[in-house]
Amino acid sequence: MLSISQLSCSRGNKPLFTDVSLNLQAGQALHLEGDNGVGKTSLLRIVCGLSPADSGEVRWHGETVQHHATAYRAALFYLGHGLSLKEELTAVENLLSDAAVAGRTLTQAQALVALARMGLRGREHLPLRVMSQGQKRRTALARLLASQAPLWVLDEPFVALDTQAVDGLRVLLAEHVAHGGMVLFTSHQPVALTRADGVAIDVQTYRLKGVS
Amino acid sequence: MNSRAFMAVLRRDLLLAMRRKSEVLTAVFFFVVVAALFPLGIGPELKTLRLVAPGVLWVGALLSSMLALQRLFEADYRDGTLEQMALSPASLPLLISGKLLAHWLVSGVPLVLLAPVLGLQFDLPADALLTLTVALLLGTPILSLVGGIGAALTLGVRGGGVLLSLLVLPLFVPVLVFGAGAVEAQTSGLGAQAHFSILMAMLLPAAFFSPFACAAALRIALE
Repeated sequence: MLSISQLSCSRGNKPLFTDVSLNLQAGQALHLEGDNGVGKTSLLRIVCGLSPADSGEVRWHGETVQHHATAYRAALFYLGHGLSLKEELTAVENLLSDAAVAGRTLTQAQALVALARMGLRGREHLPLRVMSQGQKRRTALARLLASQAPLWVLDEPFVALDTQAVDGLRVLLAEHVAHGGMVLFTSHQPVALTRADGVAIDVQTYRLKGVS
Repeated sequence: MNSRAFMAVLRRDLLLAMRRKSEVLTAVFFFVVVAALFPLGIGPELKTLRLVAPGVLWVGALLSSMLALQRLFEADYRDGTLEQMALSPASLPLLISGKLLAHWLVSGVPLVLLAPVLGLQFDLPADALLTLTVALLLGTPILSLVGGIGAALTLGVRGGGVLLSLLVLPLFVPVLVFGAGAVEAQTSGLGAQAHFSILMAMLLPAAFFSPFACAAALRIALE
């Protein structure tokens, strides 16, 4: 499980947020809300261990993430604003190289299935530069299907997707949570997660408040 | 897992270089043009040409590798690939050494292969050409390794290109001195053994420490 205790963060001299404490157990989804510029992305980056916090700590199964970085990173999937896709490579090549860099095993067949499930059938071998913004995001999200990581940290995963892809992603997140995974995501819209068989999954929300 | 991740980074960067040919060719073409224009500018005096050849070719190689350096981490930083590399359970210095190796294969090896051909324009004798090639083979990886630290330190800085040159060029001076000196030592009959040893003595610590320094600088840039 992931526990965040009394985290505070500032940018320059300006404090962003203070005393943020959260817990995320296996099989839970947490929706992080907050106004623009309140520090949602900064919080997610601290949770991932990319940025340091001013104070407070992030623990994974009781150990601070700095001390068990390798185990934590193996359990973590992060999707940030940068999609980590190469314009010159095809969708399949992107998925395969990304999985190998992240230390995951992914076969060509699995990559094709993942892309087909994200509605990119027939576009698997197109270079990313000819794809639309939404199709690029679908390619990035296809990595979720290939990921065995229990903890998903997603920054604005629903942006630029059409309604069909949004529904697909909601089902995907719900299935992950139902199988004991954890999802921490930001979104400006209310998000209801329902599994493929129609069972609703409970989503907790946490409203991040800035320091005024 | 670590070796697979290393190979994946290497393969991806080589594949990208194949797809973005113009970027690679710019640096190589720059080297060819510099080396081709000097004999025309200096004139047909063979003695002078032989004298300036090692220096001209080395400076050309050095500046041409500077051209490619600025883009070493830039694209990965902008599209989020660097974040994913930093979050990989594989060790970041190892992944970075994959990138540095790919960078040398793409920007350094063509210079090593072209140098003997371009050296012919300066009327260099066969043993001097061989010495020049070996010196470049030992020296160009140092340019990529040390340059990589500079590229990582100036990542995301506005006007980083100028800063990178200021930071890295002084560190390239010993490589230039001993690289070009090797050819002169060979033609004057002293033998280039000592120069090769010194280049090797610079290469090995650079190869060991540079990925760690790059990784530390990149983690700071990502914060």
